[in-house]
Amino acid sequence: MIRIRGLKKKLGAKQVLNGVDLDVPQGRTVVVMGRSGTGKSVLLKHIMGLMQPDEGSIEVDDTDVVGLKEGPLNEVRKRFGFLFQGAALFDSMTVGENIGITLREHTRMTESQIRERVAERLEWVGMTGIEDMKPASLSGGMRKRVGLARAIAMDPAYMLYDEPTTGLDPIMSDVINRLIRSLQQRIGVTSIVVTHDMNSAYHVGDELAMLHDGRVVFTGTPDEARSTSDAFVRQFIEGSSEGPIRV
Amino acid sequence: MADDDSLTLRTYEAARTRVLDSIAEVGRITLLVIDTFRHSLRGLRAFRLVVDQMHMIGVQSLMLVFIVSLFTGAVSAVQAAYQFSTVVPLKYIGSVILRSVIIELGPVLTALIVGGRVGAAIAAELGTMRVTEQVDALESMAINPVRYLVVPRVVGAIVMLPLLTILANTIAVFGGYVVAVTSVGVSTHTYVTGLKQFFFMKDLWSGLIKAVFFGGIIGWMGCYYGFRTEGGAEGVGVATTRAVVSSCVLVLVSDYVLANVLFRFIFAE
Ligand SMILES: Nc1ncnc2c1ncn2[C@@H]1O[C@H](COP(=O)(O)OP(=O)(O)O)[C@@H](O)[C@H]1O
Ligand SMILES: [Mg+2]
Repeated sequence: MIRIRGLKKKLGAKQVLNGVDLDVPQGRTVVVMGRSGTGKSVLLKHIMGLMQPDEGSIEVDDTDVVGLKEGPLNEVRKRFGFLFQGAALFDSMTVGENIGITLREHTRMTESQIRERVAERLEWVGMTGIEDMKPASLSGGMRKRVGLARAIAMDPAYMLYDEPTTGLDPIMSDVINRLIRSLQQRIGVTSIVVTHDMNSAYHVGDELAMLHDGRVVFTGTPDEARSTSDAFVRQFIEGSSEGPIRV
Repeated sequence: MADDDSLTLRTYEAARTRVLDSIAEVGRITLLVIDTFRHSLRGLRAFRLVVDQMHMIGVQSLMLVFIVSLFTGAVSAVQAAYQFSTVVPLKYIGSVILRSVIIELGPVLTALIVGGRVGAAIAAELGTMRVTEQVDALESMAINPVRYLVVPRVVGAIVMLPLLTILANTIAVFGGYVVAVTSVGVSTHTYVTGLKQFFFMKDLWSGLIKAVFFGGIIGWMGCYYGFRTEGGAEGVGVATTRAVVSSCVLVLVSDYVLANVLFRFIFAE
């Protein structure tokens, strides 16, 4: 499980995170919603140790990752898969090399085992046989799916998704949502999905959390979110420019 | 009066910030260099990455180095002939070209042109990787970016610069020969005798030692400014310029320092 307490981070002059508390129980998927620029990506980067908070703690299975040395931090990272907002594929490598990189770096798998695993993960994301293509020749949706295949190459226990459906057409969004769902069932991952796509949030989330002004202002199940009287959540869900969240 | 004071104060503050920033920058570059050494053993085990970089840095610079050195040698011959005229006998033209090329022109000009080409390429590549979160992606996959990206590039540059310098030296001496024979009127025999007469191994060594340092400067400056890129495509442009300018300046400054160290102490008579 992931347990975040009192996370604070100032970037430049802006207090981006101002005491974030969040719990992600084992095997569950928590969706973090919030407007652009509220610090959702920054939050995920803290969990992976890519940014260090000014205050607060992030426990992953009872290990506090804040201030952890590179060695032990890397052991934690190996249990995570991270789908970046822009997929962050390595353009100098082929799709197959992108997906296989962690296997080559961190396991003793043979080349043929790696090839098999890469092909399998590509099949999971519905992109069989594109190992030799370069990322530059892929569309946005394809890049996201390859990024997903790369994130799950090592059978992670945890998955972090940064806006997995943003910028995709509705059909491709549905494909990605189903993939996230099926991964939860197939390898039982514990996940955090960052999104402002409400459709996606309802589809993949066991729980929804709303980030606003550097804090989590609401948590609840999708049903609770739908029926809540919380003005922040109502405004966000309904996509209204009028309400407590100032534009 | 009060305005004058506040102006002085502001100027002082600005200067102070500048100085502190520069010190911090030197500190960060030093840390990157230390980090590179720390990860060099594991980094070198990924031999394919190093070979790729040697190819990019060395093989792809061949044509450029070839052309620049050919003309460097040629112009050295023209200049030597003009400056010698009545003072120095022309039979020394080979010696002068050889020594100025292997001590100074070969290593420095190679470093400047390779620094422009390769330093820019490294900064642009790593800068793009930084702003598209590929560097974060490496880290999130428990792959150290210094080991994976910096070590191969710095090692590639440190290995290839001396090799390119040897090539540049050879081509330049040949370029000088062509001009000496065709338009200065020196015979092949005279030119070659001149070459041999004042060839010292320590001159060659000093040039190659300098090239090793220049390689390190080019690799580290490209990586450092690439890694620190921020702000999208525009930031990549800024990083590229900074990498090239700083590596050229550092090459010339360190050339002066190394010249002193090498000829006053290490190779002093
Ligand atoms: N490396 C950084 N340096 C300075 N400011 C940053 C940095 N990364 C993000 N920010 C700022 O932090 C805020 C939150 O960013 P982000 O987490 O990317 O938002 P989002 O919720 O859309 O993912 C933004 O105002 C952004 O400008
Ligand atoms: Mg974001």
